[in-house]
Amino acid sequence: MRDVAVIGVGMNKWGELWNDSHRTIWTDAALKAIEDAGVDRVDSMYVGCMSGGLFVGQEHLGAMLADQLGMGPIPGTRVESACASGGLAFRLAYMEVASGMSDIVLASGVEKMTDVDGAAATYALSTAADQEYECFHGITFPGLYAMMARVHMSRYGTTQKQLAEVAAKNHANGSLNPNAQFPMKVTAEQVMNSPAVADPLRLLDCSPITDGAAAAILVPLDKVKEFTKNTPVRIAASAHATDTMALHDRGDIAAIESTARAAEKAYAQAGIGPKDLSFCEVHDCFTISEIMAIEALGLVEKGQGGAAAESGLTALSGKMPVNPSGGLKSKGHPVGATGVAQVYEIVNQLRGNSDKRQIKDAHWALAQNMGGTGASSLVHIFERLS
Amino acid sequence: MDVGIVGYGAYVPRHRIKVEEIAKVWGADAPTYKKGLMLGEKSVPSPDQDVITMSVEAARHALTRSGIDANKIGAIYIGSESHPYAVKPSGTIVADAIGATPNIHCADMEFACKAGTEGMFVAMSLVKAGEMDYALGIGADTSQGAPGDALEYSAAAGAAAFIMGKEKVLAVCEHTHAHMTDTPDFWRREYQHYPRHAGRFTGEPAYFDHVVPCGRGLLEKSGTTPKDFQWAVFHQPNGKFPMRAGKKLGFSTEQMKQGWLAPILGNTYSGSSPMGLSAVLDVAKPGDRIFMVSYGSGSGSDGFIFRVTDEIAKVQKAAPQTREQLEDNPIYIDYGTYAKYRGKIRMLED
Amino acid sequence: MIGSPRSWREKPQRYRYEAGKCSGCSKIFFPPRLVCDACGSKTFETQVLAQTGVVETFTIIEVAPSGFTDEAPYAVGIIKLDDGVKVTAQIADCKPEELKLGDKVRLEFRKVTEDGASGILHYGYKFVLA
Repeated sequence: MRDVAVIGVGMNKWGELWNDSHRTIWTDAALKAIEDAGVDRVDSMYVGCMSGGLFVGQEHLGAMLADQLGMGPIPGTRVESACASGGLAFRLAYMEVASGMSDIVLASGVEKMTDVDGAAATYALSTAADQEYECFHGITFPGLYAMMARVHMSRYGTTQKQLAEVAAKNHANGSLNPNAQFPMKVTAEQVMNSPAVADPLRLLDCSPITDGAAAAILVPLDKVKEFTKNTPVRIAASAHATDTMALHDRGDIAAIESTARAAEKAYAQAGIGPKDLSFCEVHDCFTISEIMAIEALGLVEKGQGGAAAESGLTALSGKMPVNPSGGLKSKGHPVGATGVAQVYEIVNQLRGNSDKRQIKDAHWALAQNMGGTGASSLVHIFERLS
Repeated sequence: MDVGIVGYGAYVPRHRIKVEEIAKVWGADAPTYKKGLMLGEKSVPSPDQDVITMSVEAARHALTRSGIDANKIGAIYIGSESHPYAVKPSGTIVADAIGATPNIHCADMEFACKAGTEGMFVAMSLVKAGEMDYALGIGADTSQGAPGDALEYSAAAGAAAFIMGKEKVLAVCEHTHAHMTDTPDFWRREYQHYPRHAGRFTGEPAYFDHVVPCGRGLLEKSGTTPKDFQWAVFHQPNGKFPMRAGKKLGFSTEQMKQGWLAPILGNTYSGSSPMGLSAVLDVAKPGDRIFMVSYGSGSGSDGFIFRVTDEIAKVQKAAPQTREQLEDNPIYIDYGTYAKYRGKIRMLED
Repeated sequence: MIGSPRSWREKPQRYRYEAGKCSGCSKIFFPPRLVCDACGSKTFETQVLAQTGVVETFTIIEVAPSGFTDEAPYAVGIIKLDDGVKVTAQIADCKPEELKLGDKVRLEFRKVTEDGASGILHYGYKFVLA
């Protein structure tokens, strides 16, 4: 296998993009990544998208978006793993380059979520859970994570305020990110006083409904100089794991086992451990998700995730910054794009391009992206090359 | 051959609304209604409860008491005026849910409030005729009264199920009698949401002129007098009518009290006298005789005489009892919640 | 919109709670599966689930998906049945404030959802406090 590097990334300002369609949002991000990389061609492309069908009635996205990019007849592959679709698209692009099959591969993700109303969007997202044995009973994603949160709170003493502190921290980070959908700062009190969505989760414990896309260009590390003058970022590890589809079939409802498994493989591939990381981008679709993710990644002991944001450990200035981009919480969560946008943040941080939210001397960084209640997880580790 | 009830069960939803709560909305005088109807509150089905769900629960209680395998049941007849589908049987869903399909005969019955005893009557007759070993008759309703109408104070929800058979009979059916005429006292036309009624005409020429002669016919046919019975149950459109009809026939309050559920349950239509019967079976002793007359508008009455056997004591506590369900943990709701639960609020259409 | 075929196919589970018990290791799967994830066996026998259990976790849905918006708020929980199988289902007829982890519940047959005003009604299991 060849070593693979990211040489270009692109994304748009996320939000409710009323003027932009699924195809224009995606094409904009893809063009930005191509421009950033400085390449004049793409050999193959992957698009992560959770539900073009339910959100905009459009499937067959591989072909459609290759066409929109003006790159036909290159192979265009649409990838779906619920909210981990972007992470999985990135992994497949990595595999295609690593295998030697292609040299310049576009990894991307997109979701256009605001063409349907809230109940329809809630339904579309719920298709990431077991339709017949979870969704049939009227459960939602906030509801599933709320059930995880309740067990975490009861078992480890995690508090409502600790959940809220995750949101406050990520909004503080997002306020420094010009691409964030909700760059406003919020206090833990505001989070705790926001309307209930699925008890114990409140509105501000949840990531928003977002339109957006992100893209990255991957090439073999040993050919970087042929294609670009940019400093490459090396993909040190790529790992993927699954778990039971239904939350109720898990041995432990308050843990993300698929992330733990993927992390274990990723650390082994990269030859580092959690202590070596400079920062992480994790899948905080809900405040409780970040808490469980950092536990699964080994950044804190199991059960100690609740205290991490409250104590400042995971703040931008903390010992282990988590979600410097603002995370899904503040930056937004166009589900298929999220995994690739994590790479966008990491590449910019490792290049030293992150302006006010720059983490000093960042060397190793990790991206964790998950689908459903953690039925699938992707973990990627990146290294800055000097 | 002794044919009769080999298993029985009732189901009562937990929600209740008080007469005062309804009267408040319509500017009506609650004490007048409470006195006039002799009832203080009624059961309300939650949005996830209907004739099918209540029938399944009641039938499962009946199966538990009977101790038989559901696949031995040869027929299911559900009597109701509020079957969830206008076209598509309730019976097949109930049969599938209790595990009685596919070797089973199903029919949904409708005869205003008499449909439940009709199902029992036919189920018993088929067993008696030797067509099958067991047959299930169910009376269930989630009846609607038009907002502000007198019926709104009484139209309630509940179900009772009876498995008829000839082995290990709990209550032998000794006699039946029926009395019907065309009397338009209460009806609901196709596509109408709420029923209409003919006011005071529903009393003397309708309810009383069917329940009482049916009861008299039953006494005559069986050669019995009210003294021969420990228990009597009548259809209960309100609290007042059954007591008056019973007294006319010569029954005492003492005989009628146990099966007189309307004051705290309301009128469960097809479930009304069947639920009264299940409440009596919950406490009856071997050898007791039960006198029962139903009523359905349009109009007609079915009468039954049951003799309780030694088997009864073994099963009374085997499943939830009727009054226990009625009295334990009611959830009182306000009129707004009631209106939402009963689909009385005009919603945005898809 | 679930439609007739999907609803009809799930009847053994929704109406009668039929699970598959692995002939190799006795692990119970609900719904039944074709292969056991514990021992790899491909033979199963039908076993009806226990109909009482405890609330392992729960939430109160305030923002409901399409098809459930009229019912919110409502409780959904993961119930650990007495046979060890866990299922997700609504906990009906309860006040949110009275629900606690570890509460004993029993199954009741209820209407779970419906395909709009003119479509099929979908029945199945919910739980109520025991």
